[in-house]
Amino acid sequence: MQPSPAPSRSNLAGWLYVSPLVLVLVPFFVAPILVVLAASFFATDGFGGLTPGFTLASYVEVLHSALTLKLYLATIKFTVLTWVFTLIIGFFVAYFLVFHVRNQLLAIGLFLLCTVPFWTSNIIRMISWIPLLGKEGLINQALLAMGVIHQPLEVLLFSDLAVVIAYVHQLTIFMIVPIFNSMARIDKKLIEAAIDAGASRFDIMRLIVVPMSKSGIALGTIFVVSIVMGDFFVVKVMSGGGSASVVSAFYEDVGVLQYPTAAASAVLLTLVLVAIVSLILRTVDIRQEITR
Amino acid sequence: MQRVDLGMKNDRGDIELAGVCKSFDGVTNVVDGVNLRIADGAYCCFIGPSGCGKTTILRMIAGHEDPTAGEIVIGGQNVVGLAPVQRRTAMMFQSYALFPHLTVRENIAFALRVRGQSKTDRLRAADAMIEKVRLTQFADRLPAQLSGGQQQRVALARAAITEPRVLLLDEPLSALDEQLRVQMRQELRRMQQELGITFIHVTHTQLEAIALADLVVVMEQGKIKQAGAARDVYAHPHDRYVAEFMGGQNVLSGRVEKVNGASFTLAQAAPDGIEVPLQARPAVSVGDKVDIAVRRDDVALVRPGRDLPPGCTTSLPSRVLAIEYQGYFVKVMLDTVPDDEFVAYVPEKTFFADPFTVGDVVTATWATGSALPLA
Repeated sequence: MQPSPAPSRSNLAGWLYVSPLVLVLVPFFVAPILVVLAASFFATDGFGGLTPGFTLASYVEVLHSALTLKLYLATIKFTVLTWVFTLIIGFFVAYFLVFHVRNQLLAIGLFLLCTVPFWTSNIIRMISWIPLLGKEGLINQALLAMGVIHQPLEVLLFSDLAVVIAYVHQLTIFMIVPIFNSMARIDKKLIEAAIDAGASRFDIMRLIVVPMSKSGIALGTIFVVSIVMGDFFVVKVMSGGGSASVVSAFYEDVGVLQYPTAAASAVLLTLVLVAIVSLILRTVDIRQEITR
Repeated sequence: MQRVDLGMKNDRGDIELAGVCKSFDGVTNVVDGVNLRIADGAYCCFIGPSGCGKTTILRMIAGHEDPTAGEIVIGGQNVVGLAPVQRRTAMMFQSYALFPHLTVRENIAFALRVRGQSKTDRLRAADAMIEKVRLTQFADRLPAQLSGGQQQRVALARAAITEPRVLLLDEPLSALDEQLRVQMRQELRRMQQELGITFIHVTHTQLEAIALADLVVVMEQGKIKQAGAARDVYAHPHDRYVAEFMGGQNVLSGRVEKVNGASFTLAQAAPDGIEVPLQARPAVSVGDKVDIAVRRDDVALVRPGRDLPPGCTTSLPSRVLAIEYQGYFVKVMLDTVPDDEFVAYVPEKTFFADPFTVGDVVTATWATGSALPLA
C-alpha cells in the first residue's frame, strides 16, 4: 500500500463507505439495544415509571424465578423440534431442487413455489391451520369418517404440536434458501468424480453433499433458532394460550408495566442467542458463504 | 455393492468400440458410428476441435454416459450399462474435480473409503500413492492450497489408486500454463509407463497428442477421421481435414492435368503444373479435383532465376507476405496459392545465409517425392 499523502482524506472516504450502514444500524439497532440495556438497570415504581439509577434487582428477580428456567426449557424444546424438522425438510427440498431437477428453469420455478406461502401474512397462514387441525377440522373429520378415531383429537390444535407445525411451516424456507445456495455451488463434476470412485448415493450424500452444505445449514440454523427463540406470537396463537415462551413472558411484563424486568429478560435472551450463534459460527466457517 | 469381477479378475485394458453412437436430443449424433481398437497398455489421444465428440466418447468409456447404439468392450467384456467401478476404469476430470473439503490424503483415499477399506489400510495405500506422485509434504493440505501442477498430480493419484485397467483423462493439461504443461506431459507419460495401464487422453492440442500418444485419433463431428501412430497421422494425413488440423502441412488443390504412370500432374499456378507421386492413393483420372499436402519444412525457397535444388520439379512463383522468427526455424508466409495458406519453415541458418524480406518474389519448390496426395 502506498503511503497516503493525505491520511485524513482517505479516512473520510472510509467513513463515507460505512456511513449508510451506520445510519441504519445506529438508530434501529444500537440505540434500542442501549435503551433496553439502560432500562434493565433502572428501578420502577410499579406503575410504569422508571427511576434512573443502577440496580441489579431486575436481573436478580428474573434469574431467581423458577418460571424463567421453565420458559427457557419450553422455548428450547420448540426451537430444537422446529430446527430438526425444518432442517430435514429444508435439506431434502434443496437436495431435490439442486441434484434431481435437471431443467434449471423448472428448478427456479419450484424454488419460487416454495415462497408462495409468504405471499400472505403470517397471521393468515396461522389461522389457515384452524380449519385443518381444529376439533371440527378436516383431519379430525377424515379420521372420524374412516373410523380410525371415535373422538376428535384435541391435540391437533391449540397444543405444542400445533406450535411446532406452524413454526415448521413458516420457517422451512429459511432453511431451504441458504442450503440451496450452498448446494447449488457444488460442482456437479464432484458428484461424478465420486461416482467414478465407486461412491453410492448415500456415500455421496454423507461424504460430499452434507459437508459441502455445512455453511448453508449453519446459516439456516441461525435464522430458524433466532426467529423461534425471539417469537411469542406463534406460541400464543397456536397453543391457544396453553404454552408460553421466553418472549411471551416479557411481553406480559410489558403489559403490566414491569419495564425493568422485561428489559432484563430481553438482555438475557440476547446474550443466550449471541452465545448460541457464536457456537454455531465456531463449528462452521460460514465466511465462504457470505464472501463468495 | 455387488462384486461382479470376483473370480474372473481380468486386467486386460484393451478397448474396442464397435459402432458407438451417442445422441443427446435424438436427432443429431454427437458421436456417430465410431469403430476403434485400442491395445492394452497403449497411450491413446483423442484430438479434435471442441464439440467433435471426443469427450463424449471418453465419458462413454468411463460409464458416465450410455451410448445410444454400439458396443464398448474392455478386456473382452461388453461394459455398456456397467457402473465405472465394475468397468474398472477411472477418470481424471477436466479441472480435476478434487473434493475441496478433503485433504490431499483424503482425496486420494476416497475411492478406497467408499469401497469399505479400513482406515489404516486406505491411508497406507494413499501415502504410498502420494509418494509416487511426489506430494508427501502436501498430504495434509486442502486442494485450494496447492498449485495447478500439484492439483493435477492429486487428481492423477486419486484416479490411479484403485488400480484401474483404463485411466481416462479429460483435457488433463488444459488448466495449466504452457511451461507446466510440457512438464506435466512428461509426468503423465512416466506414470502411464509405471502403471502399465491403458491411458486415454482427450485434448485439443496437436503437440500434446503427438508428443504423448502411441495412438492418435483425429475426430471431426462425431466421426474418426484418422487413427494411427503419431508420426503416421502427422506425416501422412489421410485427408485435408487431418492435414490442416494436425498442422505442419500446406494443402493445395487442383485438377488433374495428366496421369503418367506412378504419378500425376496437378494443374496449378506453376508453369509446368505440380508433379505428384500416386503413392497409396487409388488411381486418379484427368479432370479429377485432388488435394495434396506438402510439409512446410519440405518447402525450399529459391530466388528467381536460380537453379532449383536437385530432385525438385515444381516451381511456384510467390511473394513473401510475412516472416516470423521461431528460433530454430523461420516461418515464411507466402501468397503461392490463391485460397489456401502456404507456409515454408526455413531452417534458421539457411534463412539468415540469404534473408528474404516481406514483398520479395521467390520460387517455392520441393522434392517431387514429398508431395502427398490426399483422399
